[in-house]
Amino acid sequence: MMKIINMVVNGKPAELAVEEGESLTDTLRNRLGLTSVKKGCEVGECGACTVLIDGVAKNSCIYLSVWADGHSILTVEGLRTEDCELHPIQKAFVEEAAIQCGFCTPGLVLTGVELVNSGKKFNREELREQISGHLCRCTGYENILNALERVVGKNS
Amino acid sequence: MGVQKSVSRLDAVQKVTGTAKYVEDLILLDALHVKVVHSTIANGTVKGIDCSEALKMPGVVTVLTCFDVPEHLYATAGHPLSLDPNHADIKDKTILSARVRYYGDDIAAVVADTPLRAQLAAETIKVEYEELAPMLTPEVALGGDALHEACPDNELARMDFEISPEGNVSFERKRFSSDAVIAGRDDLKGEQYHVPPVNACHIENNCCFAYMEGRRMVVYSCNQVPHTLRRNVAEAIGMPLGDVRVIKPFMGGGFGNKQDTMYEPLVAFLSRKLGGRCVALVLTREETFVNTRTRHGMDLTTVTVADERGKITKKALRINSNGGAYAAHGHAVAAYAITNCFQTYIASELQLGESSTAYTNLPPAAAMRGYGIPQLAFAMESQMDDVALAHGWDPIEFRKWNMHRDGFCDPFDKFIVRSYGLESCIDKGRELSHWDDKRREYDEFNRSSKDIKKGIGMALFSYKTGVYPIQIENAACRIVMNEDGTAQIQVGATELGQGSDTVLCQIVSEFTTIPENRLTLVSAQDTDIAPYDNGAYASRQTYISGNAAKKTAMILRSKLLEKASLMTGVPADELTLKNEHATVESTGRELCSIADICSYFNFVNDLKTDTEHITAEATFTAKDICFSYGVSYIDLEVDVPLGKVKLKKVYSVHDSGTILNPQLAAGQLHGGIVMGLGYALGEQMLFDQKTGKPLNNNLLDYKLPTAMDVPEIETHFVETYEPSGPFGSKGLAEPPLIPQAPAIRNAILHATGVPIYKLPMNPQNLVHEFIRANLIKS
Ligand code: FES
Ligand code: FES
Repeated sequence: MMKIINMVVNGKPAELAVEEGESLTDTLRNRLGLTSVKKGCEVGECGACTVLIDGVAKNSCIYLSVWADGHSILTVEGLRTEDCELHPIQKAFVEEAAIQCGFCTPGLVLTGVELVNSGKKFNREELREQISGHLCRCTGYENILNALERVVGKNS
Repeated sequence: MGVQKSVSRLDAVQKVTGTAKYVEDLILLDALHVKVVHSTIANGTVKGIDCSEALKMPGVVTVLTCFDVPEHLYATAGHPLSLDPNHADIKDKTILSARVRYYGDDIAAVVADTPLRAQLAAETIKVEYEELAPMLTPEVALGGDALHEACPDNELARMDFEISPEGNVSFERKRFSSDAVIAGRDDLKGEQYHVPPVNACHIENNCCFAYMEGRRMVVYSCNQVPHTLRRNVAEAIGMPLGDVRVIKPFMGGGFGNKQDTMYEPLVAFLSRKLGGRCVALVLTREETFVNTRTRHGMDLTTVTVADERGKITKKALRINSNGGAYAAHGHAVAAYAITNCFQTYIASELQLGESSTAYTNLPPAAAMRGYGIPQLAFAMESQMDDVALAHGWDPIEFRKWNMHRDGFCDPFDKFIVRSYGLESCIDKGRELSHWDDKRREYDEFNRSSKDIKKGIGMALFSYKTGVYPIQIENAACRIVMNEDGTAQIQVGATELGQGSDTVLCQIVSEFTTIPENRLTLVSAQDTDIAPYDNGAYASRQTYISGNAAKKTAMILRSKLLEKASLMTGVPADELTLKNEHATVESTGRELCSIADICSYFNFVNDLKTDTEHITAEATFTAKDICFSYGVSYIDLEVDVPLGKVKLKKVYSVHDSGTILNPQLAAGQLHGGIVMGLGYALGEQMLFDQKTGKPLNNNLLDYKLPTAMDVPEIETHFVETYEPSGPFGSKGLAEPPLIPQAPAIRNAILHATGVPIYKLPMNPQNLVHEFIRANLIKS
């Protein structure tokens, strides 16, 4: 059974028919072409599919699209400042070489954005905990932590 | 900018903005989707398959079974073609197989209009088996029922040798045993080490799709070696090479696992069967664990005998390698491992190696970052500490007394070491980690502390860059100039996250003075366009493909200067390129820009000049090889009753020759180190010992390091100049993983006095060992 849902995706209203059992990952990727939302496990273990739902980072692979009805979704495709610059987190990822294969990157950037929006500052240990839901096999997390520290670190 | 500078990754912005497209992002909208039916036994034969129900399910287009596929065998290893038939990769694979060789083997494939419908239909398929007892270890498999007709005793390959004190190698098949004594040498009793199979766990699961354009087959795959994949696919489905076009877009990590041909023959075969429609297969994480490749589990028995001065006199090593159900890389991984043991340290009297790889009923093993050397290093470097401890020697000094030196001639590949930073790496790490103070301080601490023990350990490695002369090492590059002086660089070298695109671009920039932001390296390899390259493995992209980029850029530079000379009348040998201009070398006077040259020769219309679209292309062939070196020092604490290791800090010092991009190079160290920590402390693929069923093929039960498991890391490069590498550089991507497990093991030995012989060193295994050593009263 298809259901009609209304979401705001990257600032734009979207009215969509989705299957009842469809994951938000599949809806965003297959119906809206937002392929930055990656799939590494589809059971909530890797964080590659992270999106912000009303500003909160969630694994979209274990989030049914029907639950997103009435909510606002952000993916990295929607992450541009008003003058179309990169978000400070994106800039920090580029400058700190926090990217290798890039498959975990969109999810980690969005968790970073959530941290920025929280208005809080974090030390390195706290940052480790904050990103522990994201698996990255390439970077050893080191430069990702450096990038995050630059924007939301205690001394930033 | 050029080399030896931290140029930002070319693809960084694409990757943070989500515009980088990976294979799954490019599947055509009207594609059909495949779900593979995997066997639920580990060993036996499929007697019958009932797909009647599946064929009636909505959306199902067809079901292919193991009885419908061509019988001819093909190879899957991502190796360049060997013209010597004795060195060719083993052909033992069919697209689907009625002979089941591991739990999860491919026996049928359902094609439907959506992935979900394919999966639902696959679940209805009934399979009748004739079952045999699983043979999960070489011990059981050797001499058991043949898994492959061509290999009656299940021994995939052997390599035994003895190296004379003069460095001559004689290959001679020895008796082989599985106990601690090296066969036929009762005086050589060794220590046995065990390492389990592990998985590469790139975050992008393997996936591929294929469709036809007229008579041609187009295959998209996240594969590290597109030109080899093209050959393997053409062979598997019986098409001419020129009719197969392989495209590799962005790749979400590979680590060697994506070096092999996986399901590309299946989707191509299905596409052709279905009139050229697009057929796609995206593996689940569970499938990526079991149905791609693993790092070989091995049993290693090693002997190191030293005289009273600390000089090693006798060395012997036996490796029993678990190859799994299909040959893939055959014996190459074990051969790499066993030879490395006699490259790093040299014994004066006797050097004996025996190695065997067996077919078993586990998932096929093949390449993974380090290619057998992480396994070897665990055994070899652990034993170095044990011998040093037994004699009361400092483990660092003992290594220095015996490790190879500058000018060393490799007994197997007969090349000579011409860049040697190993000793400097050791000394630098010793200083950075405060080794001497900590060894003393922790000894003191451990005397009075019962439950918490502190230790610092180290391990080192030497690792060959590229695989010359065992295989051809070559790569090609093409640079195509545009009329405004910008350029397109085409390579067959594959970017999979390691940063090769950026470094190759830096090399071209260095010679042409064109800045990286005016160069475009075509990142996606399309075998219709990209010049030939063996692909990404053996830490060879900067070293080999970098030499191709260098050679091509030098040709281009000469060409541009010749053209400038024609335009200006100044002899070419008086000119040089500077700031994108042809410049008189002696005076520094700028004559014309590269843009002027390209534009003029592209469009000049003076009734006499032949126009020219300026390009350059070259193939580099390696005729030499080198070693990278490095060392890891690890500072840790052991909570003995819990068997828990708390890493305090990792100090990693490397000699990878000249570093062409320091920031990206450091990133390679971080990633490799953490993969090594995972190998040491938590990772292992588990199988039910009775049925061979995989037990932890998901990211929850397979313990991949998270950010919270990673300690502080300090990295340092000791730069040397390697004459055979571009600008003096050597391989870097694989090595950092290698010394981590033995360094941790040796730190645990320092902390607790307990030698560990088995990976992973997780609480379960450690508590067991501590009980045995009476550190924990049971
Ligand atoms: S794909 Fe959603 S958590 Fe892995
Ligand atoms: S950059 Fe490859 S998984 Fe994180």
